[in-house]
Amino acid sequence: MGLIEAIILAVLAASTPLLLAATGELVTERAGVLNLGVEGMMIVGAACGFGGAWLSGSIIVGALCGIVAGVLMSLIFALMTLGLAVNQVATGLALTILGIGLSGLIGSRFVGEKISLAPHLYVPGLTDIPLIGRILFGEDAFVYLSLALVIGVWFFLYKTRAGLILRAAGDNHASAHALGYPVLRIRMFAVMFGGACAGLAGAYLPLAYTPFFIPGMTAGRGWIALALVVFASWLPGRLVIGAYLFGAVTILQLHAQGWGVGVPSQLMSALPYLATVIVLVLISRARTGGSTAPAALGTVFVPDR
Amino acid sequence: MQLVLEKRAERSNMIALISPLIAIGMTLVTMSILFAILGKNPITALGVYFVDPLTDSYSLQEIAVKATPLVMIAIGLSFCYLANAWNIGAEGQFLIGAVAGSWLAVKTQGTDAGPWVLPAMLLLGAMGGALYALIPAICKVRFGASEILTSLMLVYVADLFLDYLVRGPWRDPKGFNFPTTAEFDPVATVPVLIEGGRLHLGGIIALVAVAAGAVLLGMTIKGFEIRVVGAAPRAARFGGFNSNQLILLTFAISGALAGMAGIIEVAGPVGHLQPGISPGYGFTAIIVAFLGRLNPVGILIAGLFLALTFIGGEQAQIAMKIPLDVTKVFQGILLFFVLACDSLILYRFKLIFASPKVSSGAH
Repeated sequence: MGLIEAIILAVLAASTPLLLAATGELVTERAGVLNLGVEGMMIVGAACGFGGAWLSGSIIVGALCGIVAGVLMSLIFALMTLGLAVNQVATGLALTILGIGLSGLIGSRFVGEKISLAPHLYVPGLTDIPLIGRILFGEDAFVYLSLALVIGVWFFLYKTRAGLILRAAGDNHASAHALGYPVLRIRMFAVMFGGACAGLAGAYLPLAYTPFFIPGMTAGRGWIALALVVFASWLPGRLVIGAYLFGAVTILQLHAQGWGVGVPSQLMSALPYLATVIVLVLISRARTGGSTAPAALGTVFVPDR
Repeated sequence: MQLVLEKRAERSNMIALISPLIAIGMTLVTMSILFAILGKNPITALGVYFVDPLTDSYSLQEIAVKATPLVMIAIGLSFCYLANAWNIGAEGQFLIGAVAGSWLAVKTQGTDAGPWVLPAMLLLGAMGGALYALIPAICKVRFGASEILTSLMLVYVADLFLDYLVRGPWRDPKGFNFPTTAEFDPVATVPVLIEGGRLHLGGIIALVAVAAGAVLLGMTIKGFEIRVVGAAPRAARFGGFNSNQLILLTFAISGALAGMAGIIEVAGPVGHLQPGISPGYGFTAIIVAFLGRLNPVGILIAGLFLALTFIGGEQAQIAMKIPLDVTKVFQGILLFFVLACDSLILYRFKLIFASPKVSSGAH
């Protein structure tokens, strides 16, 4: 296997959790809800995903456990922000703090255990094609799933009536409510979808990336996913580009450390975070004429009766 | 059955006062359930957490030592949150403050520098924290980049920067390769208040910060502007308040306090610069700020309470083998209940038992 091929495979693997989590958050934000708790939902998804896979011996059960954990976490958020009209920023922070504690508690008994990673696809003939075979036909199921999910979300948001209503709820909740759409219920489903994606993204890490669980293994990926949604201007297509760019930065810094480039390893490790700051500045700056964010993003909605 | 929120005609001052207490009560009930699930006796566990640390002088001093950074950081954060500026990177500003102050301690090590070293270190710490906090603030004001995400990203960068310094240029040559600087000289150390005790000068500085915060918020025009910009942005615009300038100001104050807390922690209880100097003070301080209702005196009380959970958590780990993560779970749940109870100040909850069809036909 050539070096270029190995790097591309590694980039795809590193990008997938970002893409999964960001896709979920994109739908949540399109419905007008800013859930800053992605990191918390991811890390609980990672702990539960690993626990499920280790206890059952099945990657699929592990992934489902991650999804369920993410949804349960997101329901706490929905209850607070939609049910009790609490500030979304503060609630998201609380969800992350809670998630870090919970994952440590759940995961402590699994630390030091190992599982076998999710298998990679193998299609005789196709996977053996030099250079592109492994990249196109030799990934784990999550990679294909994440891409299918983005296409599905794009189709849902722009080609279905339900997607149009969801976007309406995110752009102007008062009008959507006046037209008789159940704004809070729509938002709750959007938040739950975000939770499911974040939980799956978290579970991806111990199931398909590194075969063990360590506390804090999401290492800020949930926050980077949030930044990706801004980067993508809330458009699913750009999300893919953004996620793969960030995955590339992560992998390149790892390889650069391996090649012994004459800069401190800590500076290389800081690159993905610095890149996030720089990208956010550039994107926000380029968008001087009117924001593309959902108009009602992050605002509390209490229906009048 | 449906839960419905109804806006109160005016905010309920009675609930504003008791809501933190309701939140603490509900958190304790939730924690009892969690302890029971973990197979521990809830009453004993709550006793170890919240009562035992209050019974001996060592733990009491230790609570004050832990509360010092929490209160200082939370006072600064309350300015930001009142002005609706979301600084969640106080942890990074704390670390950079520690680094900036330690620079002088490392440079003057072994020289016959006078007693000016410590005050200069505190000043450097505050400046370092303030400048670091201004990065996300400027990105927000100049370019409109979300300060939430940028300030958080800079926490990871600060952590790695500190790690680089103590493993590289600042490492103690006699430190057996441990990632730490040499112990600071006595002139670069925060003095303890009682001989042989743990309580140090930082506690007094935290109290000064509380008093200064109360004066600035309650008695000055700037404090008034900060509160108006957060509570009523439209009114603030009509009043001609410069909200961008207030974002920069609140971030700078918040960063300065976090940075000074960082250097006090390093030059005081820790005694040298090393990774892991903060068990997440910058994040716990967010909870302190909200539990204290963004009010300086409230923050002082809330800071002492959360410091108690740190000490109680350590004791519960030793005495009852309860994992340390329970403390984080506790803090997260507490923040949820605080926020939920705050909702009661503005809204009244109503349970409606009519079928959803009827109620949806009503509007």
